[in-house]
Amino acid sequence: MAKRIDVSGLSAFYGTHKAIDDISMTVEPRSVTAFIGPSGCGKSTFLRTLNRMHEVTPGGRVEGKVMLDDENLYGAGVDPVAVRRTVGMVFQRPNPFPTMSIFDNVAAGLRLNGNFKKSELGDIVERSLQGANLWNEVKDRLNKPGSGLSGGQQQRLCIARAIAVEPQVLLMDEPCSALDPISTLAIEDLIGELKERFTIVIVTHNMQQAARVSDRTAFFNLAAVGQPGKLIEIDDTDRIFSNPSVQATEDYISGRFG
Amino acid sequence: MSHALQDQRPQASRSAAPTSLTRGGLPRWAPAGIAVLSIALGSGIGLAFGLQSEIQWGLIAALLFLAITYTASAVIENRRQAKDRIATSVVWVSFVLAVIPLLSLIWTTVSRGVEVLTGDFLTHSMNGVTSFDEGGGVYHALLGTIEQIALATLIAAPIGLLTAVYLVEYGKGSLAKAVTFFVDVMTGIPSIVAGLFILTTWNLMLGFGPSGFAGAMALSILMMPVVVRSTEEMLKLVPNELREAALALGVPKWRVILKVVLPTAIGGISTGLMLAVARIAGETAPIMLLVFGSQLINGNPFEGAQSSLPLYIWEQYKVGSDASYDRAWAAALVLIAFVMILNLVARGIARWKAPKTGR
Repeated sequence: MAKRIDVSGLSAFYGTHKAIDDISMTVEPRSVTAFIGPSGCGKSTFLRTLNRMHEVTPGGRVEGKVMLDDENLYGAGVDPVAVRRTVGMVFQRPNPFPTMSIFDNVAAGLRLNGNFKKSELGDIVERSLQGANLWNEVKDRLNKPGSGLSGGQQQRLCIARAIAVEPQVLLMDEPCSALDPISTLAIEDLIGELKERFTIVIVTHNMQQAARVSDRTAFFNLAAVGQPGKLIEIDDTDRIFSNPSVQATEDYISGRFG
Repeated sequence: MSHALQDQRPQASRSAAPTSLTRGGLPRWAPAGIAVLSIALGSGIGLAFGLQSEIQWGLIAALLFLAITYTASAVIENRRQAKDRIATSVVWVSFVLAVIPLLSLIWTTVSRGVEVLTGDFLTHSMNGVTSFDEGGGVYHALLGTIEQIALATLIAAPIGLLTAVYLVEYGKGSLAKAVTFFVDVMTGIPSIVAGLFILTTWNLMLGFGPSGFAGAMALSILMMPVVVRSTEEMLKLVPNELREAALALGVPKWRVILKVVLPTAIGGISTGLMLAVARIAGETAPIMLLVFGSQLINGNPFEGAQSSLPLYIWEQYKVGSDASYDRAWAAALVLIAFVMILNLVARGIARWKAPKTGR
């Protein structure tokens, strides 16, 4: 299921503006990697390059290599649509499809891609909702609109939607920043369970959250506003939060920075 | 400190004595009272000076209403309140001025139209009815209008919809700018010019005779920019997050547009489409040029002259007999009712298809 991500020399641009500069890192399968850093340092941009969502933004382009096991995501002839089926994504704000019911939202990825057996659809939806710890809350109202759920439930619905297509990697862009502490706890527990099956990369502004859920943590920073963001260091989460090798990381974590 | 504050608050609300925050104010019924007063004054002035037209009375009353409101508020309240009240009054007066012609139009059309509006009127043509006779009907014109509008919509809706999808989802650079510019230019084309364009190409150069289809082509030229504009606005309202969510599931872009973007915007798109239909339903000029007009039922829009409701109204008015005036009013009522039913249907679709929020 899960795959290793190996990034080397990756830079991303918006038009002529360079957003991130020369990033290299390895993300191990079945682990949680957290990205921390100040706003505008390119964490989200880097995350979006990992499933080729960066190029959806007008003017977005990428240089460098992202290897998923032994395939380069930016190699010649690679279909971005196929990449996104392998590398799923959960966004900052819950975004269920407003015209669809809870069931249809979870089934959306399969239905819209057209590769499913009707008889299996119900099972897949149930399994995905159970995987997102949402099944017990919504099993009696699967035909109600997804936008009627609470924020935390909507975000778990979006996670269920993302894992229903059985990706190898799950990217999460600040998945808890719009949620209350209880919903956040539910999602953090869920991340702990999901890492048994997926490679997970999560962007967060909450350093306690990074310390709680991740195995490895990467710190991003930018020299000044307008300068491209850089990867300062990546290490085991324990080491980053106890004894980082770069002074800037320690300053950021201890709150002396910015 | 906080104890003292807590003690003071209920006291202040209990006592009616003026504090530093209360000001003298006009009573709540003041606007209504001033309105009644100024209407009475306006009528009085009108009678006293022997003004013939009630419109003059009304305008005098409106001006008096504004003047009295401002003066009373400035004297009893203060300058800021007076400005607030005069702005509110201008809004109300403008609203009434705008609504009066509309109500008067509907009232005149309904009261004069119902005289001959019967089942017979809706199911018979003018075949064998001379212009000065009573009787006859509007069936041939209603049929023509429905067929021409249906054909025009069949041509304009897909082209307009796809143009809007191109502009919002794909278009960038100079081509998109050029398309937007020409859509704007098309919005301003007078209907007679659209009619002349089809007349020169379809009828004169290609040699076809008058038909409902020729009229429908001219109508579709008028309809297209309206469809493009309204659809474009509706597509822009679809949150980008929904597109990204679908793309991130590995859905190809065309399916994202077809299955996520368009369904989310379908309510607004159908409303815009119906407004465009309503706009062309009343067009007369291209129909006169291209459909020619007929007193007989012609169910085939691709061959031979047809009629249409606006053209029928104009023909009947031109005859100038009592019977034909009645028919013109009744046909006008049919046209208004037709457009209104289309609008209600569109609103129904919009409500039915709108994104659901209930729990």
